[in-house]
Amino acid sequence: MTNKGQIIARHLTVGYENFDLLKNVDFEINEHDIFVIMGGSGCGKSTLLRVLTGLKEPKEGEILIDGKNFTKSPPTEKEKLMRRFGILYQGGALFSSMTLAENIALPLQQYSDYGAAEIADLVSFKLSLVGLSGYEDYYPSEISGGMKKRAGLARALALDPEIVYFDEPSAGLDPISSRLLDDLILDLNQSLGTTIVLVTHELNSIFAIGNNSIFLDPKTQSIMARGDPKDLLKNPPTEQVRLFLTRGETKHG
Amino acid sequence: MSKEQKALFSYHVNQTELELIFQGRFVCFQDSSSLSRVIEIVQKGQIKRVVVQTKEVIGWDSSLAIILYRVKKETERAHIPIIWKERTNGLKRLVELAFSVDRKPPVLSKKTSSFLEKIGETGFLVYQSCCAGFSFLKKVMFSLGRLLSGRAVIRKVDFLFALEDAGYKAVPIVSLISFMVGLILAFVGAVQLKVFGAHIYVASLVTIGMTRIMGAIMIGVIMAGRTGASYAAAIGTMQVNEEIDALKTMGVSISDFLVLPRVLALTLTMPFLTVLADFMGMIGGGAVGVFMLGISPQEYWKLSIEALSLSHFLVGVFHGLVFGIVIALCGCYYGVHSGRDANSVGVSTTKAVVSAIVWMIVMTGLITFACEVIGV
Repeated sequence: MTNKGQIIARHLTVGYENFDLLKNVDFEINEHDIFVIMGGSGCGKSTLLRVLTGLKEPKEGEILIDGKNFTKSPPTEKEKLMRRFGILYQGGALFSSMTLAENIALPLQQYSDYGAAEIADLVSFKLSLVGLSGYEDYYPSEISGGMKKRAGLARALALDPEIVYFDEPSAGLDPISSRLLDDLILDLNQSLGTTIVLVTHELNSIFAIGNNSIFLDPKTQSIMARGDPKDLLKNPPTEQVRLFLTRGETKHG
Repeated sequence: MSKEQKALFSYHVNQTELELIFQGRFVCFQDSSSLSRVIEIVQKGQIKRVVVQTKEVIGWDSSLAIILYRVKKETERAHIPIIWKERTNGLKRLVELAFSVDRKPPVLSKKTSSFLEKIGETGFLVYQSCCAGFSFLKKVMFSLGRLLSGRAVIRKVDFLFALEDAGYKAVPIVSLISFMVGLILAFVGAVQLKVFGAHIYVASLVTIGMTRIMGAIMIGVIMAGRTGASYAAAIGTMQVNEEIDALKTMGVSISDFLVLPRVLALTLTMPFLTVLADFMGMIGGGAVGVFMLGISPQEYWKLSIEALSLSHFLVGVFHGLVFGIVIALCGCYYGVHSGRDANSVGVSTTKAVVSAIVWMIVMTGLITFACEVIGV
């Protein structure tokens, strides 16, 4: 697959009218990375994700996607770039009035040249990818929370995105469903070469699938650590990072 | 697109082996005829293995993946192995991923009923909703009893907010609509009355019409769309956010905490809004009388006051009071019985408005009949 999906954040300041969450931060997400945004509650992870996905403007700085300036692009150009993203929201964000098939078909009908038969095949294929083969005619209210997330992922993958963003993918899932979703993310990354950006607290997921990360520090409004989460666990640069990655374990056990 | 990048899908049958060859760049690729022929060959049952050759694929998206997915589906059904020949394992991994979970969904029960069964089912549904409605009404009455005996869990601030929302915040829209209704009533009346030289009776027509029923009906419709819908949507969203569940598990009565403040607020404000609507309607009628029919303001006012009777006025205000109860109950009932998704909240809101208007008309009929019987 000829995917790209490099993201560069330059001098990014993120926050709300009266306060900043992150000030002048720089980071780079390489093609095919599984990149984890980590940090304690309230450090600005979800806000950063909203900025990366174009749902919120940064206060300062810019985001480059494959060298194109995403932040300062005109609206039509920005929309085109946004079509290269897939986003999985915390609850799946499926449209309740549509069946799963209709949910997944919607972006295909809007932005692709496929005919009805090809769309039906694609819907069936995407649902099979997330383990929901045969659930085409179900409504979101008729399936479980974990299934909703997987159906949301099938919709996020509908247009073969180069980058898929995940907001707390494991939140509210049982350990087995959470593990299945992690495996799925890993499989999609390896088979499709999709760049994955995850916002999560789930340490098991972070170590199982992440190969690059940043750790946000709300006190200094900056990035406290960056790199492969497994390396950060081995050599934590600060005590705060060590505590986070070991679930608050003290040094003596 | 250069020639060597063009997507090319070909197949060869060599005795019992089917070879599928993919070359070039497969983006938004569509070739349903070749795929159908390949599937036909597999279904014939003479093929013992399928070779998928993708070494010369230089780019692909899901359009290629679904071709292989369809082929794999058929070969799985016919127990035919696939030999993958590709540079990387991306495509194979992806297609196999689609087959990795073999969990069939439970069959959705789609019962078909005969005509008689449908009538029975509808009747039963009507009976059930009547029971639910009366049970809801009973709960509200008990809540009122608890409030009067000082045992209800109700926040004063919620009641005041509801009073503000259903009261003075509704004044501008109520004033505007009532003024316009009075104006229209006078205008339509004037056109007919002028023919008989009786245009002076426009004042009585507007005054009696507005005070007896039109003012209350118009306010009812406005408040059903404005406040009743807002009650259903707000409580319905609380249902979606599990706030209602939280209240229930805390042992707080929903009818005390959510329904009663709203019902009381709307019941108290509706008679006042009806009086305002009557007054604004008379002014609207006056505007037509003065500016179109040439009646002096003093004379129009005198004629209006002469036409105004206490019984008409009280019947109108009573209508307003009843409509307030009906709108608030319908809004809260459908909010509390809303489903747990965005679509259900929309459906509940629509039902709240429609049922409030229907019940208002029913109540108007009953009140009119009662007034006829007692001679008011």
